[in-house]
Amino acid sequence: MTAIFEHFNFVVVIVLMMTGLFVVFATQNMIKKLVGLSVFQTSVFLLYISLSKVSGGQPPIIAKKDLHGASYPADGGYDAAPDSAYQAAEVLYSNPLPHVLILTAIVVGVATLAIGLALVVRVREVYGTIEDDEINKIDYNENLEGVAR
Amino acid sequence: MSAQNQHSPHVILRVVSKILIPLIALFALYVHFHGDYGPGGGFQAGVIFASAIILYALIFGLDEAKRAVPPSWVRICMSLGVLVYGGTGVATWMLGGQFLNFTVFAPESTHASGQHWGIFAVELGVLFAVTGAMVAIFYAFGSRVPELRDEDW
Amino acid sequence: MMEGFTPILLLDMGLLAMLVVVAFAVVRLRSLFAIVMLQGVYSLLSAAWFVSLDAVDVAFTEAAVGAGISTVLMLGAMLLTEREAKPVPFQKQLGPLFIVTIVALAMFYAVGDMPAFGDALSPANSYVGADYIAATKNDIILPNVVTAVLASYRSFDTFGEVVVVYMAGLGILLLLGLNGNAGKWRAKPNGQNITGRKNAAEQREDKP
Repeated sequence: MTAIFEHFNFVVVIVLMMTGLFVVFATQNMIKKLVGLSVFQTSVFLLYISLSKVSGGQPPIIAKKDLHGASYPADGGYDAAPDSAYQAAEVLYSNPLPHVLILTAIVVGVATLAIGLALVVRVREVYGTIEDDEINKIDYNENLEGVAR
Repeated sequence: MSAQNQHSPHVILRVVSKILIPLIALFALYVHFHGDYGPGGGFQAGVIFASAIILYALIFGLDEAKRAVPPSWVRICMSLGVLVYGGTGVATWMLGGQFLNFTVFAPESTHASGQHWGIFAVELGVLFAVTGAMVAIFYAFGSRVPELRDEDW
Repeated sequence: MMEGFTPILLLDMGLLAMLVVVAFAVVRLRSLFAIVMLQGVYSLLSAAWFVSLDAVDVAFTEAAVGAGISTVLMLGAMLLTEREAKPVPFQKQLGPLFIVTIVALAMFYAVGDMPAFGDALSPANSYVGADYIAATKNDIILPNVVTAVLASYRSFDTFGEVVVVYMAGLGILLLLGLNGNAGKWRAKPNGQNITGRKNAAEQREDKP
């Protein structure tokens, strides 16, 4: 039970991933297939990002006090130096590397999704349908007739 | 034009989006240039900028949008992005460094100014490429004439 | 077991439960409009969870791309194709269900070996990720580590991604055309169609 509680992110991600995979496998409609593919893809993003989480961590944006060369004006004001307790505190950050990988993957993902949708549009224009089995049937009949035309 | 607007059923949408679209574009620029200090960067800003153009096309029609942002600009924009990114790498070569190693832009700097300049140029390339590609994809889908079957009408 | 039970965990659980509900609804529904909209909802919910997981940049991108642009593109493609998916008979769903169950069981078997949620010392969080945070403070001197890694440490990688986005745009222009006219013409050497099949409009003209 504790194992499931500690790994709840993996359990949910597997369920989501398999849901997306099932949609890709089981449906005949190509647009629904692409939606399933994008559900699958988003679940992979969730897996990566949940791996990068550190308990008690902060988003990987470095506090000003930790940054080399960051200086505070002597007269105080807006940029006044924080108190010594804050200055000394160690800040824990979440792992930035999966964030970088997934950030670019999301934008590339939408670009490739658009390619898939464009292919579906062209298939619809040629075959008049976007259902897998109907396209197979049309192709089969065409092969029986040969390319006499 | 104004008379046509007044009799259009979407007059509220038009007025509101006329105010919103410049703000969205401004927000995209904020996200881009503030990306070094907070969440944001070229990818996000490019998508937000493209969504401003897409909103314009959805409200005022694709032809109006193509008059505001001609398709030839979009093509040039997305190629320019890749060119700026790759050109930054070539510039680092020319200055005697490794490909995309930005330190050569300001080798003497104690505040890593070379890195900051390099990141600025690279993010600008990303902004152009992503904006151009997203708007191009939208134009391609939007201007395709649907072949509807009789029962769909 | 209960000491780790915080409000944030409750929020995580709630968001994940909603994600699962939306994913199952995508399986059940047949109206493509509803499916595409639920895909946008799914992206937005996952963006909300990304914020809870400290990935603010990723959440930003997912909200703008997944819920914004990709929904618009899918709606555009739906307008050009069909409104409703055909129902799939139950027997045809059994095979996929079997395969999916097997894969899920195999993955559940491996879950026990994975690091616990939020483990700071897990292999994924120990080596290069921690090094990037430590090095950015002195090398790049930018507050946002994600931007520093994206544009400087891994700029080669990002160059590849930008080229992929560019190539995808180029592919769309070849498939559909910037003015929506790609593939509308047909080459006719000696008065004969060299493409084997006529498009849907031409087939309709032939019918009467």
